[in-house]
Amino acid sequence: MRWRRTRDLLTGKSMLLAVVAANLLTFLIAFGLYLKSRPILAQKSISHLLFSSSWHPLEGKFGFYPFIVGTIEVTVIAMVLAVPVCLLSAIYLAEYSRSRLREMLRLVIDVMAGIPSVIYGLFGVIVLVPLVRQLGQFMGETTTGYSLLTGGIILAIMVSPIIISVSTEVLRAVPLSARETALALGATKWETVKHAVVKSALHGIISAIVLGFARAFGETIAVLMVVGNVARVPHSLFEPAYPLPALIANNYGEMMSVPLYDSALMLAALILLVVVGGFSLVAHLVLLRVERR
Amino acid sequence: MKRRRLEEIFFKVLMIASLVIILAILASIIGVIAYKGAASLSLEMLVQTPKGGYYLGGKGGIANAIVGSLYLAIGATVLSLLFALPLAFALQREYVNRSIARFTRLTLDVLWGMPSIVYGAFGFVVMVYMGLNASLLGGIIALTLLMLPIMTRAMEEVISMIPLELKEVSYAVGATRIETTFAVVLRQALPGIATAVMLAFGRGIGDAASLLFTAGYTDYIPHSLFDPSASLPLAVFFQIGTPIPEVQNRAYASALVLLVIVLMVSLGARLLSSRFSRNILK
Repeated sequence: MRWRRTRDLLTGKSMLLAVVAANLLTFLIAFGLYLKSRPILAQKSISHLLFSSSWHPLEGKFGFYPFIVGTIEVTVIAMVLAVPVCLLSAIYLAEYSRSRLREMLRLVIDVMAGIPSVIYGLFGVIVLVPLVRQLGQFMGETTTGYSLLTGGIILAIMVSPIIISVSTEVLRAVPLSARETALALGATKWETVKHAVVKSALHGIISAIVLGFARAFGETIAVLMVVGNVARVPHSLFEPAYPLPALIANNYGEMMSVPLYDSALMLAALILLVVVGGFSLVAHLVLLRVERR
Repeated sequence: MKRRRLEEIFFKVLMIASLVIILAILASIIGVIAYKGAASLSLEMLVQTPKGGYYLGGKGGIANAIVGSLYLAIGATVLSLLFALPLAFALQREYVNRSIARFTRLTLDVLWGMPSIVYGAFGFVVMVYMGLNASLLGGIIALTLLMLPIMTRAMEEVISMIPLELKEVSYAVGATRIETTFAVVLRQALPGIATAVMLAFGRGIGDAASLLFTAGYTDYIPHSLFDPSASLPLAVFFQIGTPIPEVQNRAYASALVLLVIVLMVSLGARLLSSRFSRNILK
């Protein structure tokens, strides 16, 4: 009897330890990256690092501005392309389709979410890059096809599954009474969706979009393969860009041989962690509230 | 009235069109990779490691990457299972109070969404402090960090669905928490746990960004935990980066191998969960 009691206590305590460790993990990662990026933070001011456009590691110049702008632009393009298509799909899945079709499409979307990013990248290189090149020529721009727009398109595809699945779930959680009221007033199905369902699911839908945004912000390999990687602020959709994750991934080889370079890249990773972590924390908090209601 | 009817039809068409676009994109991704990959896939590619001048179009295959990827993903799956299982059990209300469990779930959700390059960078920091070079072990550590939140969250979701009455029966006959966990919860959640493991495995084997710093790349099959290791995603990435058409063709073939593994795992996971859940009390 004593032994059973002790065993229960021991396993209980060690499980508690696992919980504590899991919660500390985020801080541990942030702290580890901060420790490594301290050398560069000690030498340069944070505003200089964030807003200077001069990136010449060999001369000790580390301005993240073009990379930050590149990341934001490519992410915004992705969202502009993805959000309408994803929301319309989600509304159809949640409101119109039969449950059989919905189950099937959920499987398809799960499969899509599981495809490795390097495969999306390869698809981008094979199909999208030539397509964008032709589009660029058609519009009178000289472009290699490795551009901001291509990166945005591939990201839009990659974030679709998460936006669709989260917003479908949120729409399904809207109580039936909200719909019944509108229908009883003589609204058509679409009017019901537009005025009643979407309105009451709005917070959740915005969270779904924010989650997609966060996912796009940190995506590395697929973007890196199609975006061109030129460290300059792009002025058109057809010019190459150089997002932060691509910067980290591209330079891991030489970072140890240039002073402060590794520190700069770890700072870039820390920036990603803070931005992506912040956005998804807010989105999940809102989703939690939606769920509880 | 007519205008309202038209609006209804208009948006319905738009919605169906959106879905069709999504499905068409998915189909064309799988189609393009399968078509391009099958054309250059051969047995030689699957069973040989790269020979001299491979990256200039010489002979050889990607066995180093296939075996490396399996080592990395299996190693990381085992390691994260060791952490994820106790963690998922601990989030039951017998062990921690509700608000701590909620907070932990939130943490795991945020970690799930963390870019894999961040795990790669952190893995690199850990390796620097441990004095490790790019190695199988380093790659396994980074992948474990990436897989842990996915696995735990998926398991915990299944465990929280187990009806309370079932556990109460066990407590009523005098079982302790841990005995109930193993006798009732584990058994009930087993299919869900298997699905979670496969999901995490599929995510891990396809990830490239976390391995760049940590596992490195090599033409040889690793013989110890401290050897660098090749991986399929990076094989695709490096081969498509060369200007030589033959090598690029091999990138397509490598991508097909990766895609087949990932699709098999993710479809297998769903099948498993629907097949086994029949014997589970709901």
